[in-house]
Amino acid sequence: MAGQGQQAGQQAGQRIGAVNGAAAEAGVQAGMMLTDARALLPGLSVQPMAPEEDARALAGLADWCGRYSPWISLDEEAAGQYGICLDVTGCAHLFGGEAAMLDDLSRRLAAFAIQARMAIADSLGAAWATARYGARYGDSTAIVPVGGARAALARLPVAALRLSPAAADALARLGLGRIGELCSLPRGALSARFGREVTDRLDQALGRAPEPLSPRPPRTSFWSRLAFAEPIGHRDHIARAAGQLVAELCAALAREERGARRLELRLYLADGTVQRIAAGLNRASRDPAHLLRLLAEHLPSLEANFGADLMLLMAGQSDPLPAGQDSLDGAAAQICSGDGPGAGPGADLAPLLDRLGNRLGAANVARFASVQSHLPERAVRLVPPLTPAAGAGPGVETTAPWRHMARRPVHLLPRPEPIEAVAEVPDGPPVLFRWRGIAHRVQRGDGPERIAPEWWHDMQAETAAPADLAGETRDYYRIEDSRGQRYWLYRRGLYGGAGGPSPPAWYLHGFFA
Amino acid sequence: MNSYGKGRAVTRSGRGAAVAALRRRVAAIRATKAIDTAMQGAPAPPLTLGVAAIDRILPGGGLARGALHEVLGGHDRAPNGHASNGGGAALAFTAVLAARRAAAVENAGPQDSTGNGQVLWCPARPGLYGPGLAAFGLGPGQLILVHARDDQQRLWAMEEGLKCTGLAMVVGEVGRLDLGQSRRLQLAAEASGVTALLLPRKPALGPDGDSPGLSAGLTRWRITALPSAPTTSAPTTSAPTGGYAGIGAPRCRVELLRCKGGRPGDWLLQWNGDGFSCLPAGEANAAGDGQHGHEHGHEDDGERTETNPLPVAAAMADGPAVPRLAARP
Repeated sequence: MAGQGQQAGQQAGQRIGAVNGAAAEAGVQAGMMLTDARALLPGLSVQPMAPEEDARALAGLADWCGRYSPWISLDEEAAGQYGICLDVTGCAHLFGGEAAMLDDLSRRLAAFAIQARMAIADSLGAAWATARYGARYGDSTAIVPVGGARAALARLPVAALRLSPAAADALARLGLGRIGELCSLPRGALSARFGREVTDRLDQALGRAPEPLSPRPPRTSFWSRLAFAEPIGHRDHIARAAGQLVAELCAALAREERGARRLELRLYLADGTVQRIAAGLNRASRDPAHLLRLLAEHLPSLEANFGADLMLLMAGQSDPLPAGQDSLDGAAAQICSGDGPGAGPGADLAPLLDRLGNRLGAANVARFASVQSHLPERAVRLVPPLTPAAGAGPGVETTAPWRHMARRPVHLLPRPEPIEAVAEVPDGPPVLFRWRGIAHRVQRGDGPERIAPEWWHDMQAETAAPADLAGETRDYYRIEDSRGQRYWLYRRGLYGGAGGPSPPAWYLHGFFA
Repeated sequence: MNSYGKGRAVTRSGRGAAVAALRRRVAAIRATKAIDTAMQGAPAPPLTLGVAAIDRILPGGGLARGALHEVLGGHDRAPNGHASNGGGAALAFTAVLAARRAAAVENAGPQDSTGNGQVLWCPARPGLYGPGLAAFGLGPGQLILVHARDDQQRLWAMEEGLKCTGLAMVVGEVGRLDLGQSRRLQLAAEASGVTALLLPRKPALGPDGDSPGLSAGLTRWRITALPSAPTTSAPTTSAPTGGYAGIGAPRCRVELLRCKGGRPGDWLLQWNGDGFSCLPAGEANAAGDGQHGHEHGHEDDGERTETNPLPVAAAMADGPAVPRLAARP
């Protein structure tokens, strides 16, 4: 399928960049000088090119095409030749066959005033070639029958193979104008003369070599769709439709013994825009009530004023979830836990954690994990709550009880607060410190515990701690004031010039019990 | 939606009948609840603190499960109005309770536990520090943190957690809580049997401005840090430095301000690394001899130097003189 823009001219070079069907029929072609085109067609209307807007519009159109197939990619290969590729394998029956699908597509595009040529074929290459060279504007759709790629391509020019200009020129010099003539030549001679490009492209077009679509959204294999004769906009109707989609999706997941880890609900609105709702799950689930509850949380935020004529629900990511985890009567389906190696602590809490993360943000529901670091602010990291003990990453553990660590505070200030401290000797322990305007006399104390900067981390300039705080030696003291409150203070830097560039300073970093 | 519509349709004359019907339903629910308890035999064992003196005084021998309890931090009203400490003692006390409950769930075996002893903790401020909590028995494998934007979200998260029977405990730090909110939590805890601990940073104050006001919680505690135990032995990490003694085992004053069906109390506890031990009241005075010393801006560091001699090695600490001389041409 190839969509082309309105008549457009390139002001600086005064050349034609793209033409519409009417202009093409009159003989105007892309690449022509503007003056030549004007001479040919005095009434030609010319607009300046806007490549960024074109790209944006094309991306929006590709999004919209998600109503036909979840697997979409933008055709980036030919400059000025905009295209969108859809993998419609297993999708056409939803529209009553390939012909009906193309009819529907061309009708809707025509309603948007978009002129497009489109073709369905066995391979991406054949569809590309047929759409651009096989279908003419008067007859804008073409369906290459299954197994008919070779016959359909035979009469097309070699440029339809998506060849580089150099290769196309070389073939033309040899008088090889049609793909059919290429097919009859021995492969060895072709690859010896032109390298692998020509034979590879030929194989792709004929379906002899695989050419996967690089999809715009991540490839998903579980989805359900619901089309409406009349656009629906009422929240209750959308919620009911979502319920139906969830039930279908869960049935599909159950057949494959899988559970969803990511959900995406898309509403294709009548004005051509797409509204999305996404929800992540801590643990694979195919419990309709749970999934619907996650989606329902975001339904009020939808702006479906124009009404949706199609809704799609897809499981963007799914994990194996053996059958039998949910009981037959469905009552205990709330808890879908697995005993597999991925089961983390508290796995049965997944529905609760999903709900919390769904409303508060997934990053705000977490678990402590220990990291091998001497710096207190780096020794702890927050990981997703159901992270298995071994899966958090190198050097990160969720089960380490920190038994090896010296005494640490129960509350650590995210940023150490500067304090004024008085010590008996410059590098001695403090006897008095003032924090937030209150003086605390030190009654007892331990220290120092020296924590040196981790130069191997500072090399990569981590964002976890500002360089000025992490980059210098700290001497930590546990301090108890006269009221019995216990604090964690440190002095940054050393006296005697051995420390860093700045003079030593005192900070409060945490509170003990 | 349907039930709502029906409720609106009830006429004034039919309202009495509707109320009567509701009363009958409530009575029926109560009856089934009583049967449930009878079927299960003894009620759920309470959450003990591991301190006989306190557990003895609590009705049922410990903190009731499936109920709301409040833990206030002492020193929260510092002389100039704002908290002088992060409420570390209250955090530790809460961590101990949560860890004991989580351990009880884990020991009960897999058939009882569905969430294997997880504690849902909704802190009000960032900075809760895992290693410090682990020292009070609450390891990272038992703790799920929920960071909410405001109190409203936090209370919602707590209520959601309290509906989930798989949890061992739900802990929430909130700003101020009114009676209605605490009642909601108490009802949710009752329904699921999950214990709720609340750490109000500003407890609802009573009319006199000092005693905390009403709450639906069964108990209310106040935990105040006390000067630590004198260091008699010399542990590896607490060698006395400078002019003062090292920090010993942390101590706190535990006040039971309010207890439904029990009487208040006041204890001195010391954390010994694996549990609390109760100190006789006389120890408080010995430990708290520094209570008077909360000076403001009284920066006299001279008086202490002669009573506490500096370590000899400090005299040699300054830059070496010989290399500097040798470096000159």
